[in-house]
Amino acid sequence: MKVLVGVKRVIDYNVNIRVRADGSGVETENVRMSANPFDEIALEEAVRMKEAGICSELIAVTVGDEASQEVLRSALAMGADRAIRIHAEASPQPLNVAALLAALAREEAVDLVLLGKQAIDDDANQTGQMTAALLGWPQGTFASELTIEDGRARVAREIDGGQQTVELELPAVITADLRLNEPRFVKLPAMMKAKKRPIEERTPEALGVDMRPRVERVEVSEPVPREAGVRVADVDELLHKLRNEAGVI
Amino acid sequence: MEREQIEVDVAIVGAGPAGLATAIRLRQLAQEQGRDELSVCVLEKGPEVGAHILSGAVIDPRALDELIPDWRERDAPLTTPARDDHFLLLREQGALRLPTPRLLRNEGNYVGSLGRLCRWLGDQAEALGVEIYPGFAAAEVLYDESGAVRGVATGDTGLQPDGTPGPRHEPGVEIVAGRTVLAEGCRGSLSQEVIATYGLDGDADPQTYGLGIKEVWEVDASVHRPGSVVHTVGWPLDSRTYGGGFVYHFGERRVSVGFVIGLDYSNPHLSPYEEMQRFKTHPAIRRHLEGGRRLSYGARALVEGGVQSCPKLEFPGGTLVGDAAGLLNVARIKGTHTAMKSGMLAADAVFEQWAQASGSTGAAGVDRALTDSWVWDELRAVRNVRPAFARWGLWGGLAYAAADTYLFRGRAPWTFPHHADHEQLQRQADARPIEYPAPDGVLTFPLLSSVHLSNTNHDEDQPCHLTLRDPDVPVRVNLPEFGAPETRYCPAGVYEMIGDEAAPRLQINAANCVHCKTCDIKDPTQNIQWRVPQGGEGPIYSEM
Ligand SMILES: Cc1cc2nc3c(=O)[nH]c(=O)nc-3n(C[C@H](O)[C@H](O)[C@H](O)COP(=O)(O)OP(=O)(O)OC[C@H]3O[C@@H](n4cnc5c(N)ncnc54)[C@H](O)[C@@H]3O)c2cc1C
Ligand SMILES: Cc1cc2nc3c(=O)[nH]c(=O)nc-3n(C[C@H](O)[C@H](O)[C@H](O)COP(=O)(O)OP(=O)(O)OC[C@H]3O[C@@H](n4cnc5c(N)ncnc54)[C@H](O)[C@@H]3O)c2cc1C
Ligand code: SF4
Repeated sequence: MKVLVGVKRVIDYNVNIRVRADGSGVETENVRMSANPFDEIALEEAVRMKEAGICSELIAVTVGDEASQEVLRSALAMGADRAIRIHAEASPQPLNVAALLAALAREEAVDLVLLGKQAIDDDANQTGQMTAALLGWPQGTFASELTIEDGRARVAREIDGGQQTVELELPAVITADLRLNEPRFVKLPAMMKAKKRPIEERTPEALGVDMRPRVERVEVSEPVPREAGVRVADVDELLHKLRNEAGVI
Repeated sequence: MEREQIEVDVAIVGAGPAGLATAIRLRQLAQEQGRDELSVCVLEKGPEVGAHILSGAVIDPRALDELIPDWRERDAPLTTPARDDHFLLLREQGALRLPTPRLLRNEGNYVGSLGRLCRWLGDQAEALGVEIYPGFAAAEVLYDESGAVRGVATGDTGLQPDGTPGPRHEPGVEIVAGRTVLAEGCRGSLSQEVIATYGLDGDADPQTYGLGIKEVWEVDASVHRPGSVVHTVGWPLDSRTYGGGFVYHFGERRVSVGFVIGLDYSNPHLSPYEEMQRFKTHPAIRRHLEGGRRLSYGARALVEGGVQSCPKLEFPGGTLVGDAAGLLNVARIKGTHTAMKSGMLAADAVFEQWAQASGSTGAAGVDRALTDSWVWDELRAVRNVRPAFARWGLWGGLAYAAADTYLFRGRAPWTFPHHADHEQLQRQADARPIEYPAPDGVLTFPLLSSVHLSNTNHDEDQPCHLTLRDPDVPVRVNLPEFGAPETRYCPAGVYEMIGDEAAPRLQINAANCVHCKTCDIKDPTQNIQWRVPQGGEGPIYSEM
């Protein structure tokens, strides 16, 4: 079974996000970037499938500029067999990415596209679903457990009320949620080897994908800061405030 | 579990200016002399190069000019020439502009972010064939049978808090190297071990340190004066405490504002963090920040001992370079150029030795090269400035510094000694309590909201990287005698006294640590030892 894993380079999850002073977007210059955490989970799952003998070839793909090669190096160090970068300006939109992933999935004749449930930069939670739709494949999103058997995938999904289990026929698109696994640490010797391995390059043109954006971003602004809380001395004061100041009881 | 081994010719610990200059110079020599096989590997504990770098920074380009003469054409991020220097004596009311001492004049220097410069140096190094591995901390020094250093090992990952292997455990890796260069910066954890093992500081005074706390602000264009450099002495410190502030304007509406306090301060009630916050409220400082927003926060200790406190650089199997060896010029508050130059000198010596007879572990001649270089001349000339402040306080220190610079021209026939910082704290009963003003949320902030802006993080599920030699000392000694000073000097709020009066207990919030190394230096009984956590953790600075 061939597996394609999408890895997006995003602002590191430890970094405080800062909106540019002119509201044109989020500041990414001189900001530490790393692989989207949910994509690392997807990658880990695929590496485990390889180790279990279920996956025969694991391809990591990123859509982005030259700097995004860095996340592919870590993907190779974690256990990907091949790495492909599809050229794009920074932050392509989910529909464009989905079209690229779908085209690549067809070209590489993969049996499974494994993505993160969402990327922590835009939080759109769209790419996986759109990729499935463009391919006409079944989808299992928010996976917290995944088993592959006899050409079928059984996916335990995290949903609002708890868990839902679905069975999909392969080929399929599955997106990883937080609890699917805990990714391994990258080892230094593996990283050293990964630096020397080739990264394949593709272009949207070669994949026949129109990269024009479909969504216009009007403005980005910071959330309204929360007002600081106050400490109350006792229950009576709390009740008094709730009744007279907040007017909620 | 067996550890994997990797062999390299030169292993460098730390991708700061010293380590990167060493690496660049080594590979330049390898290419110039047709010895392309020389392998140079740099380990860096930060998640990327520059992430753990915190400096001023007004940078003297002297070493950079020597290392990469065309750095300007290669778009090095040093684009703001220093323009005008202001030296202010702050009083509680008002400020007095003093003539700028010669040592603090900055014509020809550049204002910028050392972290960004390091990222650029990292790119230059990689282009020359240096292998840099950010996210991998050197946790252990490896010795051979003869007792010489034969490399370093990275730490295990995935250990549980009690030290036993967890489900994701991976053993560390041994980097076996012909030569090991320790470029860990101020108070390096492996450097300290090697200095002690070989008694490298046998002939030196104790090292003395400062703690620098810094913020980067984005300010309104109307108050931004790119290249403007302000140094202050005086308020909010009393005249017996060594320290001062800086305000540097650079880049795209950026202002670095910081405060350095000598870690030989004696009042255990003093909080360097609160002094730094208070410093910003002085009208002479406030006006630089008015209407701006704070982008980042961080802290780092710096070495202040100069030549008196310099250990020998070379040890069997390798050498120290940069601030790990204490090569900062404290009178100029500059260590980048000396760190880089020391790395280049070490590279010359190490390359020579490697090219001639591989396998030799004899000294390569780094110490000799250093004392023959301009680094030593520069450091020797200012050697009495810092101890003069320790002896005679601010006024005597300023007077001595002026006399030393203008009358003796650094050639005075005497050398003042240093004392150990951790021995300087007074008992809390003898010290004057200090009341700090509450933060206003505009210019001054509570500690934890500052720490948040350092982007620091550590996996909680690992052994604590701040270890106590004796777990009872914080409550038995530090609390009654000094009022738990670790809860005040730590600029990240890592140490907290909790529990009630009957059963107080020290809680160590290691996840907040910004790797400044102050606790390792200032703990009165030297009970705290800082070790590297898992690689890739700690602060994530971008423009520090
Ligand atoms: C209910 C809810 C709870 C949340 N809880 C948390 C929380 O606890 N902690 C937290 O940190 N965040 C949380 N978030 C935020 C969330 O994790 C993400 O930030 C977000 O949804 C990602 O959006 P996106 O549209 O960019 O993803 P999409 O663009 O839809 O991306 C999904 C996937 O597509 C693939 N992909 C996308 N672009 C590329 C590319 N250029 N190259 C290769 N592959 C690509 C990747 O596999 C990616 O993971 C939560 C969000 C929600 C809705
Ligand atoms: C507040 C402040 C202001 C300053 N202002 C100026 C100024 O204006 N001009 C100037 O020239 N100098 C200034 N300095 C001094 C200057 O920053 C230092 O002299 C210089 O950074 C020293 O370089 P270095 O390479 O020796 O060490 P560092 O810059 O400290 O670099 C050491 C590197 O090694 C890494 N490291 C450490 N231990 C390990 C390990 N075990 N494993 C892996 N990696 C490790 C660290 O993460 C770091 O990246 C200032 C310093 C401070 C703190
Ligand atoms: S714990 Fe020690 S090294 Fe870490 S931030 Fe606090 S004082 Fe600095």
